[in-house]
Amino acid sequence: MDAINGFAYILGDDINTDDIVPSHTLTMRDPHEMAKCTLEFIDPQFVKKIDKGNIIIAGENFGTGSSREEAVNVFKILGVKAIIAKSFARIYFRNLINVGIPGITLTWDENTFSKGDNLVISLYKGVIFNKTKNIKVEFAKLPEFLTNILNEGGIINQLKKMLLK
Amino acid sequence: MSKTVAEKILLEHSDLKEISPGQFIECDIDLIMVHEQLGGRIHKEYEKLGIDYVWDPNKIFFILDHWVPAPTISAAQMHQDCRAFAKKYNFIHDMGMDKGICHQVLPEMGFSRPGMLIVGSDSHTTTYGAFNCLSTGIGATDVSVVFATGKLWFKVPESYKITFVEELNKGVMSKDIILKIIGDITTKGAIYKSLEFHGIESLSIDGRMTISNMVVEAGAKFGVFLSDNKLENWIQKRSKEEYNVIHPDKEAIYEKTLEYNLSEITPMVAKPSSPGNAAEIENVEGIEIDQAFLGSCTNGRIEDLRIAAKILKGKSIDPKTRFIITPASKEVYITAMKEGLLDIFINAGAVVTHSTCGACIGGHMGVLGEGEVCISSTNRNFVGRLGAASSQVYLASPATVTTSAIYGKITDPREVL
Repeated sequence: MDAINGFAYILGDDINTDDIVPSHTLTMRDPHEMAKCTLEFIDPQFVKKIDKGNIIIAGENFGTGSSREEAVNVFKILGVKAIIAKSFARIYFRNLINVGIPGITLTWDENTFSKGDNLVISLYKGVIFNKTKNIKVEFAKLPEFLTNILNEGGIINQLKKMLLK
Repeated sequence: MSKTVAEKILLEHSDLKEISPGQFIECDIDLIMVHEQLGGRIHKEYEKLGIDYVWDPNKIFFILDHWVPAPTISAAQMHQDCRAFAKKYNFIHDMGMDKGICHQVLPEMGFSRPGMLIVGSDSHTTTYGAFNCLSTGIGATDVSVVFATGKLWFKVPESYKITFVEELNKGVMSKDIILKIIGDITTKGAIYKSLEFHGIESLSIDGRMTISNMVVEAGAKFGVFLSDNKLENWIQKRSKEEYNVIHPDKEAIYEKTLEYNLSEITPMVAKPSSPGNAAEIENVEGIEIDQAFLGSCTNGRIEDLRIAAKILKGKSIDPKTRFIITPASKEVYITAMKEGLLDIFINAGAVVTHSTCGACIGGHMGVLGEGEVCISSTNRNFVGRLGAASSQVYLASPATVTTSAIYGKITDPREVL
């Protein structure tokens, strides 16, 4: 899983799991129906504005709150390729890695990323190349333990292989 | 090497000789709790594995609590999916939908004991830390991994030592302590950390559970209390299983050390829309409310209902205010009934409901309408958490919630106690 190419979509601090998937959506049986409600309280137009291939750039404590993995899965359905945040809530970070979406912890400001910037992320090198701004930003590489899960496309795939052995 | 409680319990559950903070390790899980998430997402992930067993049906605690009894067709279908899974994989501890809220029922039944490592499909799984064990919330995919293997990866956390000295004053509850702590360290102040509580003797078991419950609001992975006689008496009444109490080593290394003088803590409120938005009650007194809610895994226990009854006895709630009381479990409900507390509530004008997560998640039994203001004994006041996105929720102790229900506005409970 290297060279993730996408466009920056900026969100703020403390985006919580109730913001991402409000609890009234949690009994919906169809995950695609649920995904239509993503972030409806924060920005009712979000699902119209987010494009497949977007990379979410968020502030502090992204995904704080519930253990509901739906809050990761809706972004997967919407085609989000990676999430970069100043910090992640613990359960949210696990859920991201487990379903196969890279979570990158990085302190950034408006000089680093703006809405729509074209980014290329190398997980192996720990570098984000912002093509629009023509700058390179380094981040703390994920431990091999976690990149192995991402390379399998999530921990379920990794476990499936292990169970077959 | 000297160890914290978290380091000791994680090491005990790994096959390693030594561990240190920051290390990724694999641990054996003693117990896993699942609720409606089983029908929401877990079963879909688990079926991908293509196996027809779970590692140990005796180590799975399954309960329906979030939407019980089912308020909608979709919730009823979710329950059907849950029950079908539990049946297919021969779950032994299937609690059904009449027992109450997971984090109250599991300890009541003696499933959380010192030294254990417990995970659950709910962020407030941290509650069991009150019982000198490690417990934390995980997502649906992690649950599937545990169902299949009985193991899970952990990053060994750094610990914060939080010591309590002296005792709480009348009208101040453990909810006020944890709201004060979250306000001080912020909602991101303890991300991935284990909070270890010392100086606990003056706190009730119910009160400790409230504190462990809400450590996740500061981002913490664990909120573990030391053990004392009060805890051991509690456990021995509810479980015949053996257990080992875990004490930290004297030279254990803590990333931070904090001390709270409980006699200096006053009633606290978390203003909309973050549990970290803490204020002393003087700053919010007089704000008019439409609804007061007493319940949830944070504060629906017998201690909470007793203080509410003490405050309400002989009084009525404000006629323009709704007061909804949801006992955290059937056991709490029955105890409150036997003690005559329900009579006091109902006669005062409150609505007492079946035990469920209900209003705390904006699910049912007390959902807020547009622009409504609620004071609530629950754990989260995020935008739209209890209903409409324009509603406003203030988090407070059961004493503050009940006193506010009487006056129809946020009121200091020390004025009536």
